[in-house]
Formats: sequence, structure tokens, C-alpha cells
Amino acid sequence: MTFGQGLLVAVLAVPALGAVAVAATPRDRAARLVGTVAAALTLLAAVPLVFGGRGWVAWSADAPAVRPWHQLDLAWVPGLELRFHLGVDGISWPLVVLTALLTLLCCAYTMWRVPDGGSGRALVALLLVVEVGILGTFLALDLVLFFLFFEVVLLPMYAIIAGWGGADRRRAARKFALYTLFGSVLLLVGVYVVVAAAGTADLVTLTGGAGMSRGTQLAAFTLLALAFAVKSPLWPLHSWLPDAHTQAPTVGSVMLAGVLLKMGTYGLIRVAVGVAPEGARWAAPVLGVLAVAAILIGSLVCLAQSDVKRLIAYSSVGHMGFVLLGVATLTATGIQAALIGNVAHGVITGLLFFLAGAVKDRTGTGTLAELSGLRETAPRLAGLLAFAAIASLGLPGLAGFWGEAFAVIAAVQVGGPLWTTLGVLAAVGGALTAAYFLRLLRQVTHNRPSPAVGQVGPGLAGAELTAWVPLVLLALAIGLAPTLVLGVAEAPVDALIGVVSR
Amino acid sequence: MNVVQSVDSVALLPAYLAAGTAVLVLITDLLVARPRATIAVAALGALGTAVGSALVGAGAERRTFCVGADCSWIFGGRATVVAVVVALLTVGVLGLSVPALRAGRSPVGEYAFLLACSMTGGVVLGAAGDLITLIVALETLTLPLYVLVGLRRGSLASAEAAVTFFVVSVVATTLTLLGAALLYAVTGGLHLDRLGTLLAEQPELRDLPLTTAAVAVLLVGLAFKVAAVPFHAWAPATYDGAPLPVAAYLSTASKLGGLVALLAVVQRALPADQTGPVLALLAVLTMTVGNLVALRQRRTVRLLAWSSVAQAGYILAPLGALALAAGRTDEARSAAYAAAVAYAVFFVVLELAAFAGVTALRPAGADGGTLDDLRGAARRHPWRAAAFGLALVGLAGLPPGLAGLFAKVTVVRALLDGGAAWLALVVALNAVIGLAYYLRVTAALWAPTTTPGPAAALAGGGASGVPVGGVVAVVLAVATVAAVVLGVAPQLVLDLAGR
Repeated sequence: MTFGQGLLVAVLAVPALGAVAVAATPRDRAARLVGTVAAALTLLAAVPLVFGGRGWVAWSADAPAVRPWHQLDLAWVPGLELRFHLGVDGISWPLVVLTALLTLLCCAYTMWRVPDGGSGRALVALLLVVEVGILGTFLALDLVLFFLFFEVVLLPMYAIIAGWGGADRRRAARKFALYTLFGSVLLLVGVYVVVAAAGTADLVTLTGGAGMSRGTQLAAFTLLALAFAVKSPLWPLHSWLPDAHTQAPTVGSVMLAGVLLKMGTYGLIRVAVGVAPEGARWAAPVLGVLAVAAILIGSLVCLAQSDVKRLIAYSSVGHMGFVLLGVATLTATGIQAALIGNVAHGVITGLLFFLAGAVKDRTGTGTLAELSGLRETAPRLAGLLAFAAIASLGLPGLAGFWGEAFAVIAAVQVGGPLWTTLGVLAAVGGALTAAYFLRLLRQVTHNRPSPAVGQVGPGLAGAELTAWVPLVLLALAIGLAPTLVLGVAEAPVDALIGVVSR
Repeated sequence: MNVVQSVDSVALLPAYLAAGTAVLVLITDLLVARPRATIAVAALGALGTAVGSALVGAGAERRTFCVGADCSWIFGGRATVVAVVVALLTVGVLGLSVPALRAGRSPVGEYAFLLACSMTGGVVLGAAGDLITLIVALETLTLPLYVLVGLRRGSLASAEAAVTFFVVSVVATTLTLLGAALLYAVTGGLHLDRLGTLLAEQPELRDLPLTTAAVAVLLVGLAFKVAAVPFHAWAPATYDGAPLPVAAYLSTASKLGGLVALLAVVQRALPADQTGPVLALLAVLTMTVGNLVALRQRRTVRLLAWSSVAQAGYILAPLGALALAAGRTDEARSAAYAAAVAYAVFFVVLELAAFAGVTALRPAGADGGTLDDLRGAARRHPWRAAAFGLALVGLAGLPPGLAGLFAKVTVVRALLDGGAAWLALVVALNAVIGLAYYLRVTAALWAPTTTPGPAAALAGGGASGVPVGGVVAVVLAVATVAAVVLGVAPQLVLDLAGR
């Protein structure tokens, strides 16, 4: 086993074993510490995946469209075409690191504060299991294995929402579980439509269509895209999201918005577009229209929201709309925009949910009408909130800008009346995004302090700063140097576009 | 003509062992008259049957009672799987019965004897090569259960359940026999393989209205046994009234028996273009109705009963692929049969674990109770509740219950290979409905107990929680370990089912 393969195994094994160790540690605080250490080790294993393995990226006519830097391929269940095939490349690596980072921050945050509802030990163990599922989804190079990891996330996340969530948590958790399962059973059928037609589940072989007929590709893409549209979520399949995000505990919202949604967009790029390119070309206009609808409707709904967490949740619908618009253009620019939009949304919305959680914990309310004047009593918290909101609305120089701008540019570049209109409408949606975030800031930070805000102290806990500072820095770093993400993604995206537009 | 048949006793060894177990139990009960000894003999006998079947099955296929090329006893791959699984399930159910038997709710000797008889039917069933052997074996499997269902002393529900079960089952048997008789009238044959050949070679026989009627009646009769909708109404009432371990047996071994009988006639005797549409319709109705009604259940065992109705639909689903021409190629057919058997094996392991979980969380000899009785059970018994939860999640087909996930995957795969994408979608969407109620039960286990319900009152009366003995916990642990192992290595089941 090479060093890279060892890292791949470690990225999954460390959090899995960590979860077991957490469950086996009797003392609550010690268990949370064990979990945080496991999450840190996972991050340490995920980062060096970027090194090595890129010696043979030289392009040739018959090179596969997926060229993993490292891969590991073991037999598991031959009767179901399931192989334990992991690999990492420029499309998945940024998301892997983002997942590992956010899990670490969530675990560290749990060291300091455990939401009401259950033991911190169980929460940390569940967070680690969720991490295993998400990382496995990003690393899987076998369709069936991809589906398997896709499913792993569902119940632990359900338990996190149902166990530690807000007042209406049970309904929200149930809705989340049923909606997401609806998506993943379609994924199951889609996966085996592909496997039955192509005779293999290997993503490296399958990317580019693997000679499947047009009819099969259309059917497969429809099923897969529906599955990922539920997860992403794409309007009109998004209605699980606001409830789940609002009711989930802070760390749950961060994981949900930060990385769980990315499983959908990543799947769309790697699996749906990659495996059924003909289907993707056929459905691209529909996807584009729905994505723009998501941007506009998400923004308009946000303008009318009265709850901080709910507003941020709905803002995810709009942001993921930009990501999906980028994918729908099926151009290198669009997919690059989608990838960087994915990562930026994970960083910024993760931060926003942390901050919203902090506001809610301090004031005991998340209703906008009861919040005002935060900058008078807690200037630092208000400043961070302003930073995150401005990053999210896409100010140039911060991470949110690149994804939105390039999605619009990609749409306009595709040309034609439809895509130009879509690009323009998406740009209007971007302006609406600015409108609702500025409205949020005006209500929460300005004016005289409301009674709920008046009692808030100015200080920030060390654990809070520890959890937030890396995200603030990342939002700045990706904004100033987008090549951090785009540099590694360029080669695989070009290879993907090469087979999609063939 | 030589009228003396040579009988291959090695092939019959599993049946001898099973029947011998029943006799031995009766004698032990008579002579030793110690409950512990009786149960031990029954359990050892069942284990011996499992081992013996496995040993016989490890060799090549053995046939006996042959007339020409047609044999009444064919002990091959599937017969081995069925015999071993039924025998092991019997051991498990015996283990689950220990607390109830100790509490004196049922007479021990009779109970163990009847269970061993039923096991004999199950062991013979898989090897049956003609319709008569098949129906007699199925009846041997079912007949003792009429009594077992009603064997809870002083329980009106139990007696009611037994009568319901008896009446429905007798009607079903009559229908099956009628179907067999009509088929005999048409073809003059009773051996499954001969029927298959005759119907395949003589299309004019197949087109007779009488043949269609015979096929329909035969299928309906067997559908009763697997509790497929619309012939399912007996199941929830019977399961709920029966003692918990007997309900476990009904929904595992008995259901497996019904499936094996159905598979035998569908695979070997009847024309697939006639059975396919019927089975597809049965599968869709069964899983949809089962899941939808299960949503509304408040009693644990009733919920499990309806869920097991729905599961029967998933088991039948791969056979529904026979409705389409693409599903009738040799390859697709054998994949469909293998998928049905594989699903059934995954299912019985998880179902046994689920019933063991209920038994372990309830007081000795009690019925399943309501879902409220299970609220907060995880706080009192974290390990038992975790195992029960794992079984439920497995039945729903989600990780960490990987065995259930692979079971669903196997079915969907077989359907798509057979070109029945619509049926695969129905199965998939039903899995979503199923999750709703499995999740409700699982969540109840970890829910905080708000008011001290009857469970808490009972727990207060007993010695700190549920006074159920260690044997049940052992059964639960073994079933859980089996489910976990099958979840990691599903290829084991897939290989066995494909034999």
C-alpha cells in the first residue's frame, strides 16, 4: 500500500474509529476531547492528499476522464458490482478538506458548548459518523459505493436534529429523513440503471457515458439529477431544508449547510454529468431554469423572513442555485464556478450558522423583530456577522464573489436567448441577495439595543474564536486567491468537459 | 416393472433429523418431565438438523423417490439453505420462548414438540419435487402453528388469533389443493419439473382456460401463506394474538416456507408469462398496502406484522420481473429467483432480531404492547435497544443496518437487470414510506419518557427494568451479530441464494 492509499484509508478509518472510541469513552468531556482529536487527525490526513500522484496527467486521447491522484481498489461484493474503490482528485479534494475542517471546528465547538437534548459524547460520535459518510461520498470512485456512503449520512444527521434540535425538531428531522431518503432511493435506481446498461460500476470507466444508449442516459440522468436535486437542494424540492436547518443545533446546521448539501452538487458534477453526459446536455436548459428560479425565489423568500436561522437557511437555496446554474452550463467556466461556489458557500454559511447560533444562544431568540443594536452591546460579534453577511452576498475580494460571478459569466458565454436571459436573471438574483443580507444587518446590528440584546455581554469565548477564525481566514484567502481551489480543479474539470462535450 | 424403490437415506437425513427431534422432545417430556431438559433437547435437535442439512448439502445434489427422471425429493442448494435457515430460526424462536415458558404461560413439552414438527415441515419443503410433497410439507409447517398461536393460557386474543389463522389457512390449503388437482387434470403430472416441461412443450395446454384457472388458484393459495395482499388480513390479528416467539416464527420461518413453495411452483412448474403479471401485481399491492397501513399502527406487534406484509412484497418483487419478456431470459430469471431468496434470508435474520428485541424489552410472557410501552427503553437497556434499533433500521434498508440495505439493493438490481424499472421505482418509493414508521419506533426507543406509563409501572414492580432472562439476550446478540456479518459480507448470502 502506497502512502497515498494509506492516507485515503486513514481519512475514512480515523473518524470511524474515532466515533467508536468516543462511544466507548465513559466520561463525557474526555469523550468529546477524543472526538476532537480524531477530527483533527482526519484533517491532518486529508490535507496531504494533494501531494504526489500527479505525474501522469499528460493528456492523451484514450486517457480516462477521471484521473485520481491516489486510488485504492479492493473487491467487496462482486454479486452487486460493489468494489471498495476510493480515489481523490482536484474536484473532490477541496471538498474533502472542507468537510474535515468543518467537522473539526464543530467538534471543538462542542467541547465548549453542548446543545440541550442529549449527551455531548453521543453528539460528537454522530458528527464523526456523518463525517465518514460525507468523506466517503466524496472519495468513492465506485457508483454503488458512492450510493452506500450517500446513505450513511442520513440517520446520524436525523439523530442530530431529532436529539439536539429546537422546539419543533422531531417534525423537521422526520421531514429531512424522508425527503433525503426519497432522493437516495432514486439514486439507487439510477445507479443500477447505469450498472445494468454498462455492466460496471467503476466511475473511472463510466465517466463519458461508456457507450450507453441515449435512452438509457436520459433515464439515468433524470433519476440521478432528481436524487441530487433533493440533496442540493434544487427548487422546488427544497422544502425540507429550511425546517431542518432552523431546527438543527448549531453544529448540525453548520454540517448541513457546510458540507451535506455539497454531496448533491458534487454528485451532480461527478456522477450525473460525468456518467450520462448526453442526458446532461438534454436536461441542461431545464436545470438552468430551475436553478435561476431557485436563486430568485430563494432571495425573495429571504426578504420576507423573520427568523435569523431561517433566513440563512433560505439563502442556501439561492446560493446553491448559483452552483447548479454553473453546472447546468456544462462549460469549464461554469463547473469551475460551481466548485468554488460550493467551497465558498460551505465556509461562509458555516460561519453564518455559527454566528446565528451564538446570537440565538446569547439573546434566547432568533426573531429579527426582537433583535436590534447588536453592535452597541457586542461589537465584535456584530462585526463578524457583518463580515460573513457581506462575504455571502458576494463582495469582490471575498470567497462568495467568484462562484456567483462566474456562474453568471458562464451562462452569458453559452449565449443564445435562453442562457443570456438566465444569466441576467441570476445577476438580478445576486442583487436581491445583497438586499436581504443588508436588511438582516440593518435589523440585527443597527438601531438601539432591544431588551433581548441589551443584556448581551461584549466578550467572545475562546472556543468560539477558535471555531470562527479559520473560517474567516479561509473566506478571505479564497476570495483573494481563488486559485487555491481552481488551481487543483482545472485539470480534472477540463478532462470532464472534454468527455461531456465530445 | 421394479416396484421396490431404492431410497437414498443420506438425502433424507435432514428430514430424519428434524422428525427425530420432534419424537425425542416428546419422549424427553414424558420421561424426564423437566422443562429445561425438554427445551435443551429441542434446541440441540434443531441445531443437529441444521448441521446435518449443511453437511448433506455441501455435497452434490441428491435425488430420491424417483419415477423415471422425475423425483419427489431433490436435496440441492436451495433446499440446503431453506433447511439450515428454518432449523436455525427454530433454535432462535425456542430461545425467545424460554421466559414465557418459565413463566408457565404455555405447556413446555407440547410447545417444543409442535415447534419441532413445524420445523420438520420447513426442512422437507425446500426439497419437495412434486406438488403433493410440497403441499403436505407446507401443511406440516403450518398445522402445528394453529395450536401454537392459541397456546397462551387464559388469553382470549390468543384463541381468537388461532381461530382466524386456522380458518384462513384451511381455505388457502383447499385452494392450493384445488389448483394442484386442476393442473393434474390438465397435464396428468404432479412433479414440478414434468409440469414445467409439459406446459412448455405443449402450448395448446397452456392456452386452456382451465390451466389459467389452475395457475391462478394455486398462486392465490400460496399467496395466503406469505400473507400477500389481498390475502393478508389474517396476519396482523394472528401475530398480535399469538405469543411473541410464535409471532416471530410466523413472520420468519413460516413466511420463508410460503415463499419457497411459491418459488418452487413458479420457477419449475408454471409458465412464467402467466405467473409474472400476477406476481408483479401481488408484489406492488403487498408492499404498498402493507407500508401504508403500518403507518397507522400503535401496537408494536401489529406494526411489525404489517411491516412484514410489506416485506413480503419486496420478496415477491423480483419475481414480478417475469411479467416482461426481458425478465424471462434464463439469466434474468435465475437472477430474480436468487434475489428473492437472498432478500428472504436477509429479511428473516433482521426480523428475528427485531422480534428478539421486542421480547427482550418487554416483561416475560407479555405481549408486544403499544409503542408507548417502548418509549425511553434505551435509557433502561441501552444495548438491547441499540440491537433492536439496528434491526429496525436494517428492515428499513438503511445504514448502519447494511444487511437490509444490501437486501434492497439486490432486489432493485435484479429488477433492473430484468428490465422492470417501473417495479424497481415502486420498491424504492415504498422504502421511503417504510422508513416513516420504522423511524417512529426507533425514535420512540430513545425518546424521553414524559409520563410514567404502564411500562414504567411494570418495570417498577420487577427487579429494575424488564425481567427477561439471559437466553433472549443471547438470541438477540446472535441475531444482531449475524445481521452485522451479513451486512459486511453480503456475498455469502448472494452465493448461497444463487445455488
